[in-house]
Amino acid sequence: MVRLITHNLLACHARGCTSNNFPLRFSDAQIETRKADFNADFIRAFMPKLEWSALVDAAKQLGDTSLPLEAPDMLDEEFLKNLHRVLLEIHIEEGSMTCPNCNHRYPISNGIPNMLLAEDEIA
Amino acid sequence: MSRPEFIAPPEIYYGDTEARKYTQSTRIQQIQVDMTYRALELLNLPHDQPAFLLDIGCGSGLSGEILDEAGYHWVGVDIAPSMLEVALEREVEGDLFLQDIGQGFGFRPGSFDGAISISVLQWLLNAETSHPTSSPPHRLTRFFTTLHSALRNPSRAVFQFYPSSDDQIQLITSIAQKAGFGGGIVVDYPNSNKAKKVFLCLYVGGGGIQQVPQGLEGDEEVESTAKFERRRDRERQRANSGNRKSVKDRNWILKKKELYRKRGKEEVPRDSKYTGRKRRPVF
Repeated sequence: MVRLITHNLLACHARGCTSNNFPLRFSDAQIETRKADFNADFIRAFMPKLEWSALVDAAKQLGDTSLPLEAPDMLDEEFLKNLHRVLLEIHIEEGSMTCPNCNHRYPISNGIPNMLLAEDEIA
Repeated sequence: MSRPEFIAPPEIYYGDTEARKYTQSTRIQQIQVDMTYRALELLNLPHDQPAFLLDIGCGSGLSGEILDEAGYHWVGVDIAPSMLEVALEREVEGDLFLQDIGQGFGFRPGSFDGAISISVLQWLLNAETSHPTSSPPHRLTRFFTTLHSALRNPSRAVFQFYPSSDDQIQLITSIAQKAGFGGGIVVDYPNSNKAKKVFLCLYVGGGGIQQVPQGLEGDEEVESTAKFERRRDRERQRANSGNRKSVKDRNWILKKKELYRKRGKEEVPRDSKYTGRKRRPVF
């Protein structure tokens, strides 16, 4: 049940991996869409937290190109609905996420990413 | 009862059977629900604003369901795969992560509007291996520093936990303070053995000194007593009321003697007109 909303907040936390560790790259992702309740206020409040280019990139890796390259200044209903769909309705079920810096691979199985580190990777 | 955190590390203790037991026990459910509501109360989120919360040690999603109900979006992390499996079956709304909180989080700064954690921190107080990264102070430091950065400024984090000594409380609060948190311990029902609950309320930023909320006082609510107590009361009442017929009347004794004879027991007394008759006082 990784959705892009959490993927957009997630950086690598292995030892010594402190720069260029975001965003994690998807590979072999199997996705599933599940309806979620639309809450315009939540999406609007969440906008400032988003790393927009990372979100557009991640969506593209999952085969969704509906987002504009630049975040628009005016947030209309249609845009928010689309953003809601990308952020909260696309679930990554299987696959893995890879850190662009240290290449640590976080496997996703059953929708749950395994974020555990080996003993020598713990900071 | 020994504490579960002394028996095995969480990912092993909460195996398939324990995870299911934990989620099906209505008593545990009730306790978890009550504590989650209290934690949300202490979290004191602004009303009518959507929030994105972190549930640390979400387990099977008992607390997550409360967050769903309250309309919050949340992310849950837990180290026990079996518990997360149960959470998947229960179809909770939040995103789940398999993560060891003692290894720290990788969330970007300012990601969350708050964090709650029900009955988790005590699990960080045991060293599983002799590796330096496995010592409780190291794990707590890593946990609190990464959590501090993952929380928005200002925000709060509320942890309910079961300390086994004052030293543990001391250790946890001092490490949390070093990580940059303000706040302290709130004890609910401090005079009750059963209902006593310890909450660690931590603040990120906020400007100036924030007052730590008061713990709840007085007796616990009547609701929270176990259900079977009432049944026991009823049985005691019936026994004392005198309406109950004695079981050991003449017929019962005759039946018993007959049974013993059939079984071939020796020296069963003869039946007579005196059998089962009440012995009168001498006067």
